[in-house]
Amino acid sequence: MGQIIGCISDFFRVTGNLTLLSAQGEDPGLIRETINWISRRSDMLLDLMVGHLYLVVVTLIIAIAISVTVGIIISYYEGVAQTVLGICQILMVIPSMAMLAFMVPLFGIGFTTGVVALVLYSLLPIVRNTYTGIRELDPAIVEAAKGMGMTERRVLFKIKIPLARPVIMAGVRTAAVMMIGIAAIAAYVGAGGLGELIFSGISRGHQPMIIAGAIGVSIIAVAFDYLLYYGEKRFSVEGSTREGE
Amino acid sequence: MIKLEGLSKVFPGHSIPAVKDLNLEIQEGDVCVLVGPSGCGKTTTMKMINRLYEPTGGAIYIRGENALQMDPIKLRLDIGYVIQEIGLFPHMTIEENIATVPNEKHWPKDQTKQKVEEVMTLVGLDPEVFRARYPAALSGGQRQRVGVARAMVSDPPIMLMDEPFGAVDPITRARLQNEFLRIQERMGKTIVFVTHDIDEAIKMSDTIAVMREGELVQHATPSDLLSAPADEFVSNLVGRNRSIKRLHLIRIQEILEEVDRTKPATEDAKVDEIKKQLEESDIRSVMVVDRDNKLKGVIGVSDLKQKAGEVAGDYCSEVADTVTSDATLNDALSVMLECGEGYVAVVNEDDQYQGTVTLGDLLNVVKEDS
Repeated sequence: MGQIIGCISDFFRVTGNLTLLSAQGEDPGLIRETINWISRRSDMLLDLMVGHLYLVVVTLIIAIAISVTVGIIISYYEGVAQTVLGICQILMVIPSMAMLAFMVPLFGIGFTTGVVALVLYSLLPIVRNTYTGIRELDPAIVEAAKGMGMTERRVLFKIKIPLARPVIMAGVRTAAVMMIGIAAIAAYVGAGGLGELIFSGISRGHQPMIIAGAIGVSIIAVAFDYLLYYGEKRFSVEGSTREGE
Repeated sequence: MIKLEGLSKVFPGHSIPAVKDLNLEIQEGDVCVLVGPSGCGKTTTMKMINRLYEPTGGAIYIRGENALQMDPIKLRLDIGYVIQEIGLFPHMTIEENIATVPNEKHWPKDQTKQKVEEVMTLVGLDPEVFRARYPAALSGGQRQRVGVARAMVSDPPIMLMDEPFGAVDPITRARLQNEFLRIQERMGKTIVFVTHDIDEAIKMSDTIAVMREGELVQHATPSDLLSAPADEFVSNLVGRNRSIKRLHLIRIQEILEEVDRTKPATEDAKVDEIKKQLEESDIRSVMVVDRDNKLKGVIGVSDLKQKAGEVAGDYCSEVADTVTSDATLNDALSVMLECGEGYVAVVNEDDQYQGTVTLGDLLNVVKEDS
């Protein structure tokens, strides 16, 4: 239930932000106009949605690989953990427009720049959740594993990661939803996706385009979050039988 | 089997050592209980044996071999380990939990499976019922059993147990302790057992090592510890009612032969005979058994006052609780106190009547000792 409410609130957050850009006064014909536009240009909309999704999926895979590794490493080195988390935090609060602008001189214009910027944004939620997920495991469980003769490697892969997975996945979902929203802005540096529709809508003053883009982004965000949530639940059957639940 | 020589541990950032120059030798097949108030270094000492903590001084010899020069992983694989919080892996089934060490040792699958079943049966968990369950679906007592089974599965010669029966209610604890002693009698493992409960220490141990502030105060058999405490600290720990504590040391079977037992009545015995029997002696009740010597109940003098029938079976009332003959006299005493009776019936595992222990018998034992 909470999940559904979460999805709906994600939906309104994404749609709300983007429609606000364009909502100048009431226009009774706007909804009809939008529907007309979508049905006329559904091919283009679908293409852009696929592009958007592609950008997000590629970014997410790279982000998970980097962030989970970093999270695991800093869980062993308490000293550097706070510094690393601090850096991730700083990266996340840089305004997205500014971040993208920084990236252009380094990576030029295009897909790569978008991916790099989005990866930097999504570091914090995944790194932090991986770190906390591992650090907050019941120490008795880890001690029992070590005391019985498991090597540190085995403890990590057999005990720590499986047990921290729900927390890590929560971080991934947060990152994914955030990324889908920011990916729209990445169109600004030519990374493609639904942002193109929104930006050209804004520059042409054509509201149906903006709304169609926003709706596309919302659908992707909700569907993605739902997929990750239920995918994870299906994947961990024992999730419901864990201690203390 | 295990020899600790001048063992010390100073944790980084602490000026006072947690364990100070500890010398202790544990014989093969003995249960050595480390006991003392919290913070006395007993757990630290235990964790140095499997090198979860590295000693800062001294040496540990296991079967004459210097444990500090062995590969810690190899060392730990051959030492069973049970901790207070049990530390079962919540994402693994009971079977997978118990198979942890065999999997680390890369045993063949059939051997692991067979051994897991064997050890589950040993600790009283039906493999068919519990194999596929997750730890969360188990009661506290069952989890403790799994913890013990997991430590024993690869048949390690040494076991380290840190308050393994700490997190359960007193009745379950007594039962687990008795079961464990029964298993240990058969297995004869060398066990280092940590507890802060002196009663548990007296009950479980062959030798007790009393620790205080990181130092060994006294290492002696429980009987010697009770009769000759080394100093005031030990005698305070043991407590004033030492004679009652002796009840932990004696098992019911040891006194069952000596006590004068009245024969139980069979179910179909004539009531009049029982009446006569009770009137002639000073006993106030008699146990009733069926043809297979299974305990049916008890007839007290007051039960016979009303008229219910001809045979004993018609009069007897149910017995509230029983003990087995491997329980300690202290267990018998607590059952008596709980039921508010001056006696308790002793039965074997098949509920067959073995005898009766009375409050008077316990008093005699305590009197003899003091």
